[in-house]
Amino acid sequence: MTGLSFDVAHLLAGGLVLASFMLLYQDRLSALVNMFALHAVVLSLSVAWQALIQHAPHLYVTAAIALVFKAMIIPTALHRIIKRLGIHREIENVVGVGPTMLAGIGLVALAMVVMLRVAPGGDRLAGEDLAFALSVVLLGLLIMVTRRNAVSLVIGFMSLENGLVLAATGAKGMPLVVEISVAFSVLIAFIVIGVFLFRIRERFDTVDVSALDRFREARK
Amino acid sequence: MTVIGQTPVELLLGCTAVLFGLSMLSITVGRRLATPLVYGGCLLVCLAGLAIALGHLLGATGGDSTAILPLGLPWVGARFRLDALASVFLVVVNLGAAAASLYAIGYGRHEPEPRRVLPFYPAFLAAMNLVILADDAFSFLVAWEVMSLSSWALVMAHHREADNRRAGYIYLVMASFGALCLLLAFGLLAGPGGGYSFDAMRAQASPPVLSALVLSLVVLGAGSKAGLVPLHVWLPLAHPAAPSHVSALMSGVMTKVAVYAFVRIVFDLLGPPSPWWSLLILTLGGVTTVLGILYALMQTDLKRMLAYSTVENVGIIFIGLGLGLAFKAQHMSWAAALAVTAALFHVFNHSLFKSLLFFGAGAVQGATGERDMERLGGLIGRMPQTALAFLVGCVAISALPPLNGFASEWLAFQAILLSPQLQAPALKIMVPAVGALLALAAALTAAAFVRTYGIAFLGRPRSATAETARETDRWSLAAMFLLATLCLLAGVLPGLVIDALAPAVGGLVGAHMPNQMAQPWLSIVPVAQSRSSYNGLLVLVFITASASLAAFAIHRLASRAVRRAPAWDGGYPEMSPATQYTAGSFAQPIRRVFASIVFRARDEVTMPPPGDLAPARFRLELHDPVWETLYAPIAGAVGYVADRLNHLQFLTIRVYLSLVFLALVGLLLVLAVWI
Repeated sequence: MTGLSFDVAHLLAGGLVLASFMLLYQDRLSALVNMFALHAVVLSLSVAWQALIQHAPHLYVTAAIALVFKAMIIPTALHRIIKRLGIHREIENVVGVGPTMLAGIGLVALAMVVMLRVAPGGDRLAGEDLAFALSVVLLGLLIMVTRRNAVSLVIGFMSLENGLVLAATGAKGMPLVVEISVAFSVLIAFIVIGVFLFRIRERFDTVDVSALDRFREARK
Repeated sequence: MTVIGQTPVELLLGCTAVLFGLSMLSITVGRRLATPLVYGGCLLVCLAGLAIALGHLLGATGGDSTAILPLGLPWVGARFRLDALASVFLVVVNLGAAAASLYAIGYGRHEPEPRRVLPFYPAFLAAMNLVILADDAFSFLVAWEVMSLSSWALVMAHHREADNRRAGYIYLVMASFGALCLLLAFGLLAGPGGGYSFDAMRAQASPPVLSALVLSLVVLGAGSKAGLVPLHVWLPLAHPAAPSHVSALMSGVMTKVAVYAFVRIVFDLLGPPSPWWSLLILTLGGVTTVLGILYALMQTDLKRMLAYSTVENVGIIFIGLGLGLAFKAQHMSWAAALAVTAALFHVFNHSLFKSLLFFGAGAVQGATGERDMERLGGLIGRMPQTALAFLVGCVAISALPPLNGFASEWLAFQAILLSPQLQAPALKIMVPAVGALLALAAALTAAAFVRTYGIAFLGRPRSATAETARETDRWSLAAMFLLATLCLLAGVLPGLVIDALAPAVGGLVGAHMPNQMAQPWLSIVPVAQSRSSYNGLLVLVFITASASLAAFAIHRLASRAVRRAPAWDGGYPEMSPATQYTAGSFAQPIRRVFASIVFRARDEVTMPPPGDLAPARFRLELHDPVWETLYAPIAGAVGYVADRLNHLQFLTIRVYLSLVFLALVGLLLVLAVWI
């Protein structure tokens, strides 16, 4: 039973990493938001599975929060924003897809090496779980770095946060309060960034953040 | 000793609480009422603190009084302790603070913006008390920082002058540097276990390398606050910039709090000293004394001259402490007791006469609006009482008997004369050299104060404001005469002070000087009657008797032969005040001898060609060696690096994100490779 439960947990965590790669690959905004919804669904499945095998009912609440907020409310809101801003056709690529994917693979390898070396004596499976979580965090950061559109920055940030939740639920005994507060902080960040998006749009007629750089007269 | 069911340390903490309360109160009450209320309140509270500390010191037989408040670090709490050493320094602090408050009741009325001074003054006093009471590193550092910041605010009280702003800036930088050094020193003392209470630090023995590091950090941290050369640069800028009663406190009292920090850490917490420690302290002390007084001789600003003289006196104190360390390292505790007593006695004395001199300078500034000696003169006729008190201060600081400065410097010399008994050859050579520096500094001090007094108070007024000066108010005079009386008393009865210091000295070096009040005829005997002794009372009686006799003889024998005639004018029939000796010309011989090398002093006279009616020009050029060789390069380097790093402020959002990302990946790579 333990073997199977860990395998499923691994499958789901690996699925989350795969979803992160799909986020990294997508350069159209609507598809990116859909991918993020998928990302959140995989996360909530993973958390629910952890709740099942750890016999921790409060993790179901976390899974529900992930499902409702991140897989439904936020993607819907983002779709509406995209529609209202009329940027659903926009294609953005700062760095080419190929190098980005290669960098992503490198980051996953780095996460594996670090995690397996940090906890050599510990549970090998738990270490791999943490390595997956760290990969998701690093890939989220990579998305934020390689994108130019403010909406994709938001998505990168949220996928990063998904990685944190994955790490936290993989470890036993994280209190619900922490998860709720994290979820709320993400929600507030989403609201703030959403407001900012519209403010940026109002002022600059675009949500391309390089407009902000031009405004600040960035010195290279 | 318990009064109303409270231990002394609780009472003292109550005093500091009242001081903080006064600080709050000063913001709420009306402008006219605030000045007398705050200073009067501070006076009463400090007198209470003085009484408690003195009572504990005189009645103490090892009964330390402690308190733990539920503040600060959760696993340490805020610990406070009143032991003999702390009570000695509390006496110094509260006596100085009480005198300054008394002075300020009068002086503070002329303050143009009292709201910039009043809230910070009681907080400053309270913080100094707390530093001395603190018994764990956390409370100590917090109190130390409150002390630094409140005194910074007081330095910035007259912030409209650009010089004061610069002084405040340099003070803030140096204070942060000092606090950082102390923080690191305490971190090392606490060790990996994190024992931040002083008890835990005492119990823990540090390896020699660590002790050496802690010593260096404490010299940097406490030395920068006390004004050791080359860390003194902020002191002569910041001390004169504050209002005079605060200058007196900063110079007379706050430097002593820094000395306390040094003594507490090095003598008490750090464990047995190594012989080479004293070499470092003695060298720094010797250089500080001579350079301090040479700087003082070059100044024409009255308050800045006094501030440099503080640097010199801090050097004397550190010489005493260095000798104490040397003797303690060689297990000659009786000799160490003599040296440390000399240092602590000088701490007390300097707080008295430096406060007195700053009060005098403040009175002069209040009466004339001038701090530049070249524009003063003739004040002895216009401010006779201030002049008398200032004279007492000058005589005391010049270490002339029978005043207190002589008693403590004499003790320091007695300790130096014991140096042949030291074993280490380096110290055998070093200590007499330091003694020579001390002697040189003592002579130069006398010259510096003859110059100050002569130029500022004697002669004829060099400016219109000096001519119309009026005597200062009664509160200020009362404070000055109080301190002058104490200077005389401590000089005539040094045995009383030495005996009072005995428990503190005993706690530091394990022995104390022989009981002085038991000596016949109120003499003081450092080691043994056969070696040396000094009797201040006898000297006073002799001076009084011989002076009265001389005056009597002159009046009886000579005044009958009075005849009135024009004074000899030395060939100048038109006497203008400008033909008098000036501060610059008085110092010229010393400048030629010493400062031409140390300060690269050059004076240049440009005479007009014959027949030309243009005035002759005199130009004096001085270089500050410490600033130019040490601080200017550092400031330049920091400026250069800051200019380069400034570009980081104007990057794009994505570059910032990439920097964060790359930093994270870099750290993970380090982790992956390293483990």
